Amino acid sequence: MFDIDIWQEILATIKKNKMRTFLTGFSVAWGIFMLMILLGSGNGLSNGVAANFMNDAVNAMWIWTGETTIPYQGMKSGRPIQFHNEDQEIVKKVSGVGVSSGRYFMGNTRYSYNKESGEYTTITCHPELKEVENLIIKEGRFINKIDILQKRKVVVLGTDIKQALFKDSTALGEYVNINNVPFKVVGISTEPGSTRNRNAFMPVSTAQMIFSGSNRLHNLALTINAETLEESQAIEDQIRNSLARQHKFDPKDEGAIGLYNKLENYIQTMKIFQAIKIFIWIIGIGTLIAGIVGVSNIMLIVVKERTKEIGIRKAIGASPSSVIGLIMLESILITTIAGYIGLVLGTGLMELINYFMVQSAGATPDQGESIFMNPTVDFNIAVASTLLLIIAGAIAGYIPAKRAASIKPIVALRDE
Amino acid sequence: MIRLNNIHKSYEMGSSSLHVLKGIDLHIEQGDFVSIMGSSGSGKSTLLNILGMLDNYDNGSYHLSGNLIANMSEKKAAKLRNELVGFVFQSFNLISFKNAMENVALPLYYKGVPRKKRNLIAMEYLEKLGLKEWANHMPNEMSGGQKQRVAIARALISKPKIILADEPTGALDSANSYEVMDILREINDDGITVIIVTHEHDIAAMTSQIIRLNDGRIHEIIRNGELKKFQKSYIHGLETA
Repeated sequence: MFDIDIWQEILATIKKNKMRTFLTGFSVAWGIFMLMILLGSGNGLSNGVAANFMNDAVNAMWIWTGETTIPYQGMKSGRPIQFHNEDQEIVKKVSGVGVSSGRYFMGNTRYSYNKESGEYTTITCHPELKEVENLIIKEGRFINKIDILQKRKVVVLGTDIKQALFKDSTALGEYVNINNVPFKVVGISTEPGSTRNRNAFMPVSTAQMIFSGSNRLHNLALTINAETLEESQAIEDQIRNSLARQHKFDPKDEGAIGLYNKLENYIQTMKIFQAIKIFIWIIGIGTLIAGIVGVSNIMLIVVKERTKEIGIRKAIGASPSSVIGLIMLESILITTIAGYIGLVLGTGLMELINYFMVQSAGATPDQGESIFMNPTVDFNIAVASTLLLIIAGAIAGYIPAKRAASIKPIVALRDE
Repeated sequence: MIRLNNIHKSYEMGSSSLHVLKGIDLHIEQGDFVSIMGSSGSGKSTLLNILGMLDNYDNGSYHLSGNLIANMSEKKAAKLRNELVGFVFQSFNLISFKNAMENVALPLYYKGVPRKKRNLIAMEYLEKLGLKEWANHMPNEMSGGQKQRVAIARALISKPKIILADEPTGALDSANSYEVMDILREINDDGITVIIVTHEHDIAAMTSQIIRLNDGRIHEIIRNGELKKFQKSYIHGLETA
């Protein structure tokens, strides 16, 4: 079947009808080109949004306090809730919770080094905060367990603070005065997706001892281990119940504690993108079908034009299957080559867009938000599209080929 | 070799049907050289198409070299055509985008003969018919006589038992016509049955047996010995006309 003759014959007919072949091929190339552009844009959008989620751990959860809104166990509503160190211990024990950190914010703390000084926000925390918020350590280290246990006076500065106080000299190992208490600088950090790095991090135990003198916490930051929306919501409920028991409020009381579950958001957003992807495929395949119908139509005309030739072939011994093979292979050849061109142009264009986007993003790609990222089509989809094309070519050729095979030689020979 | 028994054939023409063959009984032996004559509409081409398995019949029976030709799958019919029958047409029916050699070699392609070998065999046949220098020419570069000789080479290449020729000289001048008939006679001398359809008396007179059809029935069969008489009546016909 895959004889050089059959290809020669197909090439001969294609050569005789260049314009017709071009127009046929163009419709298929256009279809696959559009499919690639759509899929690439969809991927770009999805990647961009997913990357924005990555600014913090996707499975991060934040819990903060409020006032009760439902009377509970004889207590009036409007009662303020306050977190303490033991709340972090309680949350840590809930199954499904990964890492957790308490946080206590100290706004407008005065930082000074030699003659330079400024007011910045100090976040007092546990070492685990680094994981929850995906903090990037540029130099040195983050706060560790020993800092917490020994209540060391150490601090991790945001790059902007370091820049303001130290300019270009080394900050690591130096002491800064924080509200007139000297702290040793152990690390420099940035926060992903943020252009302002004006926060400093300090061990929560040290801060409680030196500044507030109590065991209060403002909020809790943690990660949860869940695959599905249901699992994530179950963990959320458990956390809410444990804290409700501890602070004696109604577990249904939305006002007593606030809770932001990022994983839930992430899963929902990814579901939307899945729906968008399906939608894109439907449009793309629709465009492709228009191309296939075009090819099929042209092949019907080809069969009509070649009726006599098919009759001659049959008279000298061509079997119906060999005639079907001839027509179908021609159709598959046209769609595959044209489709491949569309595929290359489509992915090429998306790669080009990607290239320019990477160029314009400059040296700090991890800074700043971008809704569009890496708008390329992955290899598997390219392979699947190619297969789709070959199948499409076969379908486009089948009906005309079937008709060609059913032509009676005598009728075909009479055809002038 | 060929045995036809009460063959009927009609064509549907819209609501009415046209009864073309009205019971043909015919017996042709291996090595016969037969012409089928008749006025237009007498069913001679239809008969030839049925003999060549290009068309099917409605009633009766047709045996070709011992095979009953009826209700065959297209595939089997194609195979039998390829093995047993060679066709020569009035309009040559060469494939326009193939050169002479490729046209001649085509039946062997459907027999599964490798490319080089079949082109070699095709060259042999073209040489036999004096067309060796024309092997690489396309059909539209050749004269009618040359095209018909290419077509005959194509019909012969699969070593058929029967050559069926539908008005083989219809599109040719008399010189070329006689040349083609000489070739067909030579083929017949090699033991191949040759059946031609013609309406030309001088062409028919060169065969050894003439079957005259009239209105879908066999009107008369003129055999070898009687040919002289036929020729006489033909000349007589010419004189009166």
